[in-house]
Amino acid sequence: MTNSPIVALHGTPAVAGGNAPSEICHSPLAPGGAHVRSVRDEFHGDLLEVSMGPHHPSTHGVFRMIATLDGETIVKLKPVFGYLHRNHEKIGENTTYLGSMPYTDRLDYLCSMTNNWAYALAVEKLAGQPVPERTEYLRVILAELTRLLNHTCLAGFLLQDTGASGTPLMYAFREREKILDLFEALSGSRMMCNYQRFGGCRVDASPEWLEAAKRLADGYNEFLDEYEALITGNEILMARTQGVGVMPRQLAVSAGITGPMLRAAGVDYDIRKVDGYGVYPRFNFRVPLGDHGDTYDRYMIRVLEMRESIEILRQAFAQLPSGPIMDPKAKIRGFKPKPGEAYGRIEGPKGEIGFYLISDGGANPYRYRVRPPSFINLTVLEDMCLGHSIADAVIILGSIDIVLGEVDR
Amino acid sequence: MESLEQIRDRLLSRYPGAELSILNNPSPSAQHSLVVGGSAAREIAAFLRDDPALQLDFCSNVTGVDWPDKEIVETTRTTIPDPAGGPPKLVEQKTKRIQPGYLEVVYHLYSMALKQGPVIIRMRTGNRTDQVTLPSLTPVWRSGEFQEREVFDLFGVVFDGHPDLRRILMWDEFKGHPMRKDYVEPDDYEWEPTPHDEVLAKAKAHYPAPAAPAAPGANAK
Repeated sequence: MTNSPIVALHGTPAVAGGNAPSEICHSPLAPGGAHVRSVRDEFHGDLLEVSMGPHHPSTHGVFRMIATLDGETIVKLKPVFGYLHRNHEKIGENTTYLGSMPYTDRLDYLCSMTNNWAYALAVEKLAGQPVPERTEYLRVILAELTRLLNHTCLAGFLLQDTGASGTPLMYAFREREKILDLFEALSGSRMMCNYQRFGGCRVDASPEWLEAAKRLADGYNEFLDEYEALITGNEILMARTQGVGVMPRQLAVSAGITGPMLRAAGVDYDIRKVDGYGVYPRFNFRVPLGDHGDTYDRYMIRVLEMRESIEILRQAFAQLPSGPIMDPKAKIRGFKPKPGEAYGRIEGPKGEIGFYLISDGGANPYRYRVRPPSFINLTVLEDMCLGHSIADAVIILGSIDIVLGEVDR
Repeated sequence: MESLEQIRDRLLSRYPGAELSILNNPSPSAQHSLVVGGSAAREIAAFLRDDPALQLDFCSNVTGVDWPDKEIVETTRTTIPDPAGGPPKLVEQKTKRIQPGYLEVVYHLYSMALKQGPVIIRMRTGNRTDQVTLPSLTPVWRSGEFQEREVFDLFGVVFDGHPDLRRILMWDEFKGHPMRKDYVEPDDYEWEPTPHDEVLAKAKAHYPAPAAPAAPGANAK
């Protein structure tokens, strides 16, 4: 299937250098040493250290940044993690393979369906477990609904961070609630879905559910049009986000950035295309790429990705086969994969979510590791914030799209 | 993409002294890995990143694995001829041997430029107590920065050459490495030394406790 992978973004004028004074933009790993401030003039005053969070509402949870400010300009920024740390991986080692499935919901609690899928995929790789076709389609449908949900929320939160109090966020949450209603109808829970199983899924989707989901997907473009009319061309949003938090392509690749953040920097890497897991190779969709790698591009990429998700959903509803949802040979009780290891990953809404499992032949994994996309995407937070004002740091953080349940684990 | 054997052979021809071995993965995933030893790990990593046929520019996942000391019981069977002339006796002898444990760091590498992967490399420490230093690969792949910090925090592997090696998920005063298999949970998670404790200790030194106990209620918290 030939798909043109690139959609160019329009309407983002290049900003020469942003407002970053070049002499303080040392990357922490630059060969010249870390954070050497060169003297700029005789008027520079004392530096101020501000601890932002963990209770600050704009940090999207219990995240803390220690920012060193020269006036209002950030010269150093160190993130502090761990306020929500409960050692998820150790708990995963002390329970059975299936026992961890509900707990993966709590990692990135906005996207439990994709977390479930990533975990199920890793275990299926480890055990060599096939998956029925209908389940593969259901997984795609649920993952794309999750992507819609996550990106919609992010757009709302980002606007909230820029100071557009209330209205855009409530528009976004209205749509999100419709998707959550679908999840609840299918799995019994709005957010903690616990839906996937190794070699299948828990319950089948009824024709009524599919009809409702199809209606939602068909109506979603209308919502996006409305939302974009409200936001995308908004002058204040453009002024606050264009040229802010630029991430160079080289840095994005080296720092292991994944998901919409990476593609906003112009790197064509979407695991749905690269790995072609599940039944994704059967769908025709494009991968939007950004030109500038700034905050506006990161917003725009997500809007464009939502439109592609709607296309995938339409194709998936049209192609959905009937059949069983569980592989008849799949084992639920006494599931003990043979010794070995496997790393399985999928393209989650926030980036590459992967699970690395080592089995020693027992009922519990010997090692259970989560590769959390938003934790690794935070690696470049300081690089993006240096030289910008403290108010911009809030927006840059918002555009990374973190969920602390996953960052701290 | 080249097989792991080909990669190993090319690395060996480039770095003749390098300690490289392939660890086979018996599971259906068939993700075999390359065990890299010694001090040349960073050059090997840079080679893997820059080699035009591999271009493993994306280090996706960095994690640790703890392999504790293992007691291995070996049974040897020897036949001893009976001096009285009867049939030879079969004697079983059990010997216990401790296989020393180690900590392992696993890197999952992909190529964004060529869209291939994964190539998995592993490094192992000498033991679990005093030889826990490994070369950091953060100078090669920036994505190791937080993940190696996490391995340092939770497993206790010290990364030589890491720009900012601090605890990341646990607090700085925390003792121990919770992801190790022999970690014992403390009775009280909540306790941590705070500035308040230091203030109390100072206060104790300055104002020795009164000889007679104070009236009830005077010291109520």
